Amino acid sequence: MHIDQLVTMANDIAAFFHGASDRGDAVRDLATHLRRYWDPRMRKQIIDHCNAGGAGLSDLAREAIGTLTVPVDSPRS
Amino acid sequence: MYSLDHVDLGTPASDTAESVTIEIDGASVTVPAGTSIMRAAASVGNQIPKLCATDNLRAFGSCRLCLVEIDGRRGYPASCTTQVAEGMKIRTQSDKLSQLRRGVMELYVSDHPQDLISDQAPLRTEIKDMAQRLGVTETRYGWDGERHSGLAKDESNPYFTFDPNACIVCSRCVRACDEVQGTLALTIEGRGFDSRVVASQAESFVDSECVSCGACVEACPTTALQEKSLVASPMPDRSVTTTCAYCGVGCSFKAEVTDDAVVRMVPSREGHANQGHACVKGRFAYGYVTHSDRILRPMIRQKISDPWREVSWDEAIEYAAHEFKRIQAQYGRDSVGGITSSRCTNEEAYLVQKLVRAAFGNNNVDTCARVCHSPTGYGLKHTLGESAGTQAFTSVMQADVIIMVGANPTEGHPVFASQLKRRLRQGAKLIVVDPRVIALVRTPHIEADYHLQLRPGTNVALMNALAHVVVTEGLAQEAYVAARCEADSYRKWKDFVAHPDRSPEATADITGVAAELVRGAARLYAKAHNGAIYYGLGVTEHSQGTTTVMCIANLAMATGNLGREGVGVNPLRGQNNVQGSCDMGSFPHELSGYRHISDTATRALFESAWGVHLEAEPGLRIPNMFEAALDGSFKGMYIQGEDMAQSDPNTQHVTAAFSAMECVVVQDLFLNETAKYAHVFLPGSSFLEKDGTFTNAERRISRVRKVMPPRAGLADWEVTVRLANALGYPMQYRHPSEIMDEIAALTPTFTGVSYAKLDRLGSIQWPCNAAAPDGTLTMHIDHFVRGKGKFFVTEYVPTSERSTSRFPLLLTTGRVLSQYNVGAQTRRTQNVVWHDEDRLEIHPHDAETRGISDRDWVGVASRAGETVLRADVTDRVQPGVVYTTFHFPESGANVVTTENSDWATNCPEYKVTAVQVIKVSQPSEWQKRHRELTQRQRVRTGSVSQI
Repeated sequence: MHIDQLVTMANDIAAFFHGASDRGDAVRDLATHLRRYWDPRMRKQIIDHCNAGGAGLSDLAREAIGTLTVPVDSPRS
Repeated sequence: MYSLDHVDLGTPASDTAESVTIEIDGASVTVPAGTSIMRAAASVGNQIPKLCATDNLRAFGSCRLCLVEIDGRRGYPASCTTQVAEGMKIRTQSDKLSQLRRGVMELYVSDHPQDLISDQAPLRTEIKDMAQRLGVTETRYGWDGERHSGLAKDESNPYFTFDPNACIVCSRCVRACDEVQGTLALTIEGRGFDSRVVASQAESFVDSECVSCGACVEACPTTALQEKSLVASPMPDRSVTTTCAYCGVGCSFKAEVTDDAVVRMVPSREGHANQGHACVKGRFAYGYVTHSDRILRPMIRQKISDPWREVSWDEAIEYAAHEFKRIQAQYGRDSVGGITSSRCTNEEAYLVQKLVRAAFGNNNVDTCARVCHSPTGYGLKHTLGESAGTQAFTSVMQADVIIMVGANPTEGHPVFASQLKRRLRQGAKLIVVDPRVIALVRTPHIEADYHLQLRPGTNVALMNALAHVVVTEGLAQEAYVAARCEADSYRKWKDFVAHPDRSPEATADITGVAAELVRGAARLYAKAHNGAIYYGLGVTEHSQGTTTVMCIANLAMATGNLGREGVGVNPLRGQNNVQGSCDMGSFPHELSGYRHISDTATRALFESAWGVHLEAEPGLRIPNMFEAALDGSFKGMYIQGEDMAQSDPNTQHVTAAFSAMECVVVQDLFLNETAKYAHVFLPGSSFLEKDGTFTNAERRISRVRKVMPPRAGLADWEVTVRLANALGYPMQYRHPSEIMDEIAALTPTFTGVSYAKLDRLGSIQWPCNAAAPDGTLTMHIDHFVRGKGKFFVTEYVPTSERSTSRFPLLLTTGRVLSQYNVGAQTRRTQNVVWHDEDRLEIHPHDAETRGISDRDWVGVASRAGETVLRADVTDRVQPGVVYTTFHFPESGANVVTTENSDWATNCPEYKVTAVQVIKVSQPSEWQKRHRELTQRQRVRTGSVSQI
């Protein structure tokens, strides 16, 4: 998927949690949201992007994505 | 007249608890106080003659046929307008009464077309029944006197006629328009003999304010107002009670049928959602079912540039299954997915998501709620604990103050709107939050107390300002909140909204709404005994759609307006089964009953029942599927009953994604826009051709009953069963009731639901389980589903879609009464009389500065694309805002809308697109390409045409 689109989506989510919680809560809630609602391939792509510097990601998004682990490919794929 | 099998009790029921015992013709009868003598008699089988009375309208007392004698009272009072009193002794039959009634009837007959009263009259009517019952089919006055004859018949309405020669001026139609529909389009003009029924200012019906709901036609005791379908067909010989397949109100109808043809649809007075009312779509617009555009044979093609080839069901199913298996073998298990439909039944949605999860082996399933009410599911689940509205529609009759946010129910949910207007005429207060001047702002006998005409995209700022007033002026229900909500979340939220930055004064520049209006509206709502919030897609289809849903829940909790009748948070769902398709596990992250796919126990339950391993990770959402198609990792899609190439935003992006796929399977009634990019077409079945259930906006599960056999041979659920089997996953259902039994066994909120119970109760509002065996009228009584209600801080984040010098106007989109969604159904009915093209509403100021006049062709350009529409210059929109609908594919409304979406759910931001509008003289480039493609499609399918 186009990384710019994923970056925009991650930043939009971060903008909600940025206003909604204190920093620790925001990082946790954002990461939880990505785990619960993003397909693994999208998570892997944004994690890879973040690890490569995370261009365009907000600070909060970058911090939350940094707490995610790369999804393991299903053995049946 | 109303349905053939209805026993009309003459006047509405009394809802008082007190009983009164009377004597009618010597028999003792006990009825509620306030009951009319007519209804009391009818309740024991004694039908007093009548013409102006019917049991869904207040008594009027004009026809004078229902006279009775009462001991101790002089004269002959009308039994419809006379209420029972304890000990009253009534005679409904006597020589004198017979003489009087016959005399009255003779006068009616003397001024009525003879051929409509005779034995040979083809149609059964109340006046004919009454004349024959009273033995009056001739008149001593002769036929030469002054009569109402030779008057022109009004045949302007496509669905019914008005013949003034047959009108007895009983006012039933006028009263139906007032009391049932609430449009007040009809009136009696003139006096005495010159009295006549007219529409609006004596206009033809089609040109008048009449909304063609048909309530007047149903009320008419003669053939003055008459369905054209009833004249053209033999009288129906049976009726089947089923549920409408249009909007989220979910009206119950009796389909009156001759052989296998529907003659007319009559709203059921036993219907819990609609209580006997209907709109122009549900009552009249069913002609699409038999339209010649229906595709009745499966078709396949290898490439979308190939011509379609008609094949057998077996070949089509085998081809689709083979292609999906090939793609998964080549590109991986996650390279395919499916879409459930909000226009199909619960059982069908359940089967499609089951096919994706069990046969495809992934969670790439989504539903069209993605593009409408997915923020409702997320927002209400997180705040209140359940992804659904809190009330029944009848709750509005106990509301004192109603906030209507981003919804236009007179167009989108007309039968609920009639009930709402009834309550408003009783004195309830109304606050409208909408960028446009919708009808409810000012309509006959109704005027909103406040119209907060905000700028598109500023819902959150406005809702926060309302909350600011509630909190800072001490209007919050602190005891309610303390007892029922999370204290910590409330404290944080309260501090947040109390900040001066959230005040009406500080946000006025953002929203464009004067601070004093916001303060007045907030006080009105917060101080109401019962305050109710209703909302629609004007809330959800924004980049902050979910945030606004949370704002609404916050506001309702803070003011104590949840957990009883008359209050609540009420999403008005767009399509008939949006709620149901979401309930059935159509989202990629959750199984039926809104249980997350990562939950091991829930997954184990389904794995055991389905005999497969289920993936614990969420799958792709619709927009993610398109993105993945464009990057080459998503190659196949099974789409049941959705037209994403028309309904989803940024059409060119969507069609590029479809073009990149190798197997698109479309299951639909018509060769829709998406089918232009399909490789397999599987004929769908309409709601009249199958059994199942729909769940409406009030969580009400209602039966869909088969009226006629599937025209293409298979119901939609049977097609999914065949496809699953061909994919190698066995499904063996003999009837949709077995699917519902499986849903009930696996879904805690449905455990008590069965077809037998639905037949017994008529409908059931979930949750229906051991704790609520007959269902749940109102949610969150005593406590919230999640335990304590949770407040969320809702910071206003401006959308990135802003007006600029290049795109200075904001486009917002919506719907009209006569059309439905992408128009696939209603465009193929005579509803096009009212709306045969989408137009662009533009304010006179914006039109003038661009040299645009009414009906001019205008180009609408955004950063996503460009289309051309006719202009409708109107002050319904504010300066700087333009508006259109998306019912016609050639309009290309979604060519212009962008990929912007809600942060939580990716629901598209249909309601805010920055555009420029200029006067033009030719179609857009996209429209030219679209016409060519449509033409090629016609050629490839032989006789198939598109409206």
